[in-house]
Formats: sequence, structure tokens, C-alpha cells
Amino acid sequence: MQLKINGRARDVTAGDVAGLLQELGLDASRVAIELNHAIVLQANFAQTPLAAGDSIEIVHFVGGG
Amino acid sequence: MSDLIIANRTFSSRLLVGTGKFSSNAAMVAAMEGSGCEIVTVALRRVDVDDPQDSLLSHIDRQKYLLLPNTSGARDAEEAVRLARLARAAGCEPWIKLEVTPDPYYLLPDPIETLKAAEILVKEGFIVLPYINADPVLAKRLQEIGTATVMPLGAPIGTNRGLRTREQIAIIIEQAIVPVIVDAGLGAPSHAAEAMELGADAVLVNTALAVARDPGLMGQAFRKGVEAGREGYLAGLGSQRHQAEASSPLTGFLRN
Repeated sequence: MQLKINGRARDVTAGDVAGLLQELGLDASRVAIELNHAIVLQANFAQTPLAAGDSIEIVHFVGGG
Repeated sequence: MSDLIIANRTFSSRLLVGTGKFSSNAAMVAAMEGSGCEIVTVALRRVDVDDPQDSLLSHIDRQKYLLLPNTSGARDAEEAVRLARLARAAGCEPWIKLEVTPDPYYLLPDPIETLKAAEILVKEGFIVLPYINADPVLAKRLQEIGTATVMPLGAPIGTNRGLRTREQIAIIIEQAIVPVIVDAGLGAPSHAAEAMELGADAVLVNTALAVARDPGLMGQAFRKGVEAGREGYLAGLGSQRHQAEASSPLTGFLRN
């Protein structure tokens, strides 16, 4: 199904947030997620299903002052 | 040197370090270690899902350093609040360096949006450290709504120009009921010393360390600058005067 990830359309097979992070090769403990503009806590990644057309933001820490 | 206390948490270092712009993670870690800092700032950005990089966090020892996420990139209160909530969701303690900079040329903080965001974040239980222009009235207003510090700029971010706002910062310090951390623009250890001599509680430095030929050594130099300035402040600086005043008595010389 197609999701909008960080502003860009992308086809994925995962059905939940935890599965998506695994599919993308990302460490779930080091990212923060907004699904359709609502924050999803790390503890809920595995229980948060994804649906076609969902918009998801995946952010992480980078260097900054 | 007495400890720095922010929101009931005690730190022995009065130097905070930013993690941006370093040529490598090793250079960043060298600067952090050289500086003796206990608080490091980080930013939040989108992950590049096509090319996931090595996580910054794998290079920062969270037992040793308190991670202070910033809201850099936010252009208004709403974006800043969103970034703060995301930082907390990413597993950080609820400490946030609030930064709202709509102007891309000078990166000067928007006072109205900063105050608005601070009100919301304080109510949500965040420990808020707002980055502000050196405006004593704004600093007072922020303290009244419950920010944990105020962080006036010495000069615009990344300019290395030193304490250009000295007179205003002196007023902020005089009126402060929370720690004053001079942030941005400090380009040399002597700039940090000057801020501390003036009575600042701490300083935050990033660019000066990141662009140094030897970031680890520059970290040490800033550490000494901060310590020297703090001790000078505690010891009590002599007042300035216009005319000379001899260090030895002018009587009893070998002349009638």
C-alpha cells in the first residue's frame, strides 16, 4: 500500500508502525513518529496499524546548537 | 566554583555545548569531552528514509550528558510546540531549548511566538530554556510564566562575534530570578570569560568548537574561559576608572 512518508509517496508492505520501521531499517528507540499529525509513542508502535494514504513523519536527532 | 542549578537539577559545569556543524562525530565527542560539559543540545529533523545514517545518539553517552533538544527550524509557536512534543516522544526528558527563528538571514528569535510557545510548553510540564534576543523585558515575562532559564544571545547564531549585547545582558542578569545562559555568537574563550565575568550563570557554545582546527583543544580552552570568568565574577572585579591610580604609595620616594 502507499503511504506518504516524510512528505513523499512510498509503497510499503508493513501493516503497523513497528513493522514499517523494520522495513525501512530504522531503530525504533531512536525515532519519533507522527501519524496523520498525531504523535505515536514508542510503546505503541507495534499496536498502531497503518492504512493506505496515511501520512507519517519520521524524525530523529541530528547535530544542533 | 559553585554548582549550576536548573529546575532543581545540579550541574558542576557551566558550559553547554551544541552538536551541530562538526566535521565528524569523533570531533564532536572530542569537543564535548574537552569542554567538560554535562548538557548537550541536539536538533530534530526528518529521517532520510532512502539513506538512513548512523544515529547521532550512538555517539553520545546519555549517562554522562543530558540531552537538550532544541526546536530549531520552527518558524512559529505551533511548529516549536510540535517539535518539543516530538523530542519528548523520541525518549528525551522533557527539557527543551525553545528556539523560534522565522528570519533565515540573522536567525533572530521571534519574541512573540517564543512567549506563546513557552506558555504552552510550561503548562505541559516541559522544562523550558528559551533562546531570546537580549531583551530584559521579554526575559522578565518569560520568567514570570515559569521558564527554567533565559538564554539571551551574545550575537547572531554562528557569527563568532562575541558579547555584542553586553549592556542588555547585564540588565537581564541584574533582574534574573532564574539562571541566565548566554547563547549564540560566542566565538572565543575570552568571549565566554567576558559573559561569565558579567555574572552570566552559564554559556552555550557550538560553532566556535565545531569550526576550530582542534575541537577538543578548543573545548578545553572554553572550559578554562568559563571557569576563569566565573571565578573573576565571584572574586569581585575592581571598578573601572578614568585616571591612573598607582599600585605603590607615591610618598617616601628617594626625593626630598
